Amino acid sequence: MSGIEETSNVSSEFQEERSEEEVEEEIGYEDPFRYVFYRDRKEWADLEPVPQDDGPNPVVKIAYSDKFTDVYDYFRALLKNDEKSDRALLLTAEAIELNAANYTVWHYRRVLLQALEKDLREEMRYITAIIEDQPKNYQVWHHRRMVVEWLNDPSEELEFIAEILSQDAKNYHAWQHRQWVIKEYKLWDSELEYVEQLLEEDVRNNSAWNQRHYIISHTTGYSDPAILNREVQYSLKQIKKAPHNESVWNYLKGILQDLGLSSHPGLLEQILELKETHCSPYLLGFLVDIYEDFLENTLEHHEEVLSKALELCELLAREKDTIRREYWSYVGRSLQTKYGSSDSSTTTSMNKTHPLIEQPFHRISS
Amino acid sequence: MLDKHADYIAAYGSKKDDYEYTLSEYLRMSGIYWGLTVMDLMGQLTRMNQQEISDFIKSCQHDCGGVSASIGHDPHVLYTLSAVQILSLYDNVNVLDVDKVVEYVRGLQQEDGSFAGDKWGEIDTRFSFCAVATLALLGRLDAINMDKAVEFVLSCMNFDGGFGCRPGSESHAGQIYCCTGFLSIAGQLHQVNADLLGWWLCERQLPSGGLNGRPEKLPDVCYSWWVLASLKIIGRIHWIDKSKLRSFILACQDEETGGFADRPGDMVDPFHTLFGVAGLSLLGEGQIKDVNPVLCMPEDVLERLGLHPDLLS
Repeated sequence: MSGIEETSNVSSEFQEERSEEEVEEEIGYEDPFRYVFYRDRKEWADLEPVPQDDGPNPVVKIAYSDKFTDVYDYFRALLKNDEKSDRALLLTAEAIELNAANYTVWHYRRVLLQALEKDLREEMRYITAIIEDQPKNYQVWHHRRMVVEWLNDPSEELEFIAEILSQDAKNYHAWQHRQWVIKEYKLWDSELEYVEQLLEEDVRNNSAWNQRHYIISHTTGYSDPAILNREVQYSLKQIKKAPHNESVWNYLKGILQDLGLSSHPGLLEQILELKETHCSPYLLGFLVDIYEDFLENTLEHHEEVLSKALELCELLAREKDTIRREYWSYVGRSLQTKYGSSDSSTTTSMNKTHPLIEQPFHRISS
Repeated sequence: MLDKHADYIAAYGSKKDDYEYTLSEYLRMSGIYWGLTVMDLMGQLTRMNQQEISDFIKSCQHDCGGVSASIGHDPHVLYTLSAVQILSLYDNVNVLDVDKVVEYVRGLQQEDGSFAGDKWGEIDTRFSFCAVATLALLGRLDAINMDKAVEFVLSCMNFDGGFGCRPGSESHAGQIYCCTGFLSIAGQLHQVNADLLGWWLCERQLPSGGLNGRPEKLPDVCYSWWVLASLKIIGRIHWIDKSKLRSFILACQDEETGGFADRPGDMVDPFHTLFGVAGLSLLGEGQIKDVNPVLCMPEDVLERLGLHPDLLS
């Protein structure tokens, strides 16, 4: 371009007197790697930047990085003028890049998207990139949800969320979003398969177990004995793979507690078998739960079952799960008080038992 | 070490190299609440500037009645609660237009009883807690539909006895704190399965003594608050190995700079400092004032307000 040839003929002294921007304008290109402050941009000169105001007497002195100050001073100016323009939208992106947790910037961006009737597909691409970069942030996910709602199009969601979960399989925000998409748009069909895949990768992923419960509760439910048994057997299979796994034991207890742990045919035998080869404090605790349910629901063999349960509580408190010894002592005492015969000696307990014995701990009101 | 922690908080934000402070402007109101509350728990509230803070809060109340995190930010129920908590410490809630605050909170309740965080409609049980805690401190619980609010929170109870942010969401210690706190204020703690939830909560304790927020996650000192306070609320705090937890919390202190980090060796911040100290208070640390497990404020402040949220025994 002629501009380039012209500048090369200008004397060096003259060149030095001009600002970089002036030179760039003449040359006709910008160094893409050099950040230009908003305060130096001609096209922003109409705006009066608004400095940070911490109140009549600033609580504390603040130091900012230059770029942050610059961008946010101009953001505040836009807000003050309630400016709705493309340049405002671009600025929100810069502000978000500097601080994606700033919820006011996100609000303003949404106002702009609507006022300027922007292409929401493009916004989906934008929010996808932002979430990839900063996936643990309430604002970004809420923003995505709003855009999906405005578009009424969830078609990208399951794949996108799966991508995020592949980086962090327990991202709480991602799971919330996934549950919302599935429920809102009735995308239940392939989710159980997805959950199983995740559990293959990490059988201890509590989020995946929660999702399993979510899917089944909202589709087939657990009342069909075939389904319930399928889930029980699935859980036992996972226990064999990794016996020390909080989640699977909580899940197993969770799905059986309404019917009663001792009511499931063959379960006690299966657990006793597992005890020999795949024991864990969770297994022992689960046995206590089964015995307790048995005591609650049958009238025979009380002494024998109670003594087994108490023995386990003692073992857990004393040796297998000492960090929770207070809990196990409590369970033992409760069982003793509720099911013990009046003339059997109790384990020494200095603690008072409440006249109103708490409900058996595995029961929840339906 | 309490003096060191107090010095850390008192000086927070006044150091030159404070990018972190700048970045956290979007939650400034909560930041102030964390700082002031921990100072009060350590008996050092007077080192903070009440007048400046009150003026700041006043400038953060919007026409709709809600309060924002900082000047120029939008109102939100999170920062509305923090503002009311701060002013309660100072016995000075009338810095705000209280009726408008109540109106703002009432307006956030949805048909299903849930609460949005702000006009953009994000729903979360955290906001149910913020709403009732705010109103409880102002003596205005009558302003909302409590039955519906309770119904929504209970619909977030999971198969493991815990609570998540919305119905079906995974149980999480932070959400459990909010829900048990909510139910306490609402007088509905009997709806909790205390034994089942207590078990889930005491399972959070790892061999190191620290507490995590969900199964198979790392311990973090802030969970010493969320988990411990929840256990206190449901009357099962003794199910935690207290001395092991205490050791973990103390290991999260930074002996050079003061303050607490999320886990030993990491950088400190006011958030973790409050919850470390509050956790120690719940464990019975003599030199720290008693903290209320529902509102995370000094008991003597609530005493003054005549607030005694339920606790299970």
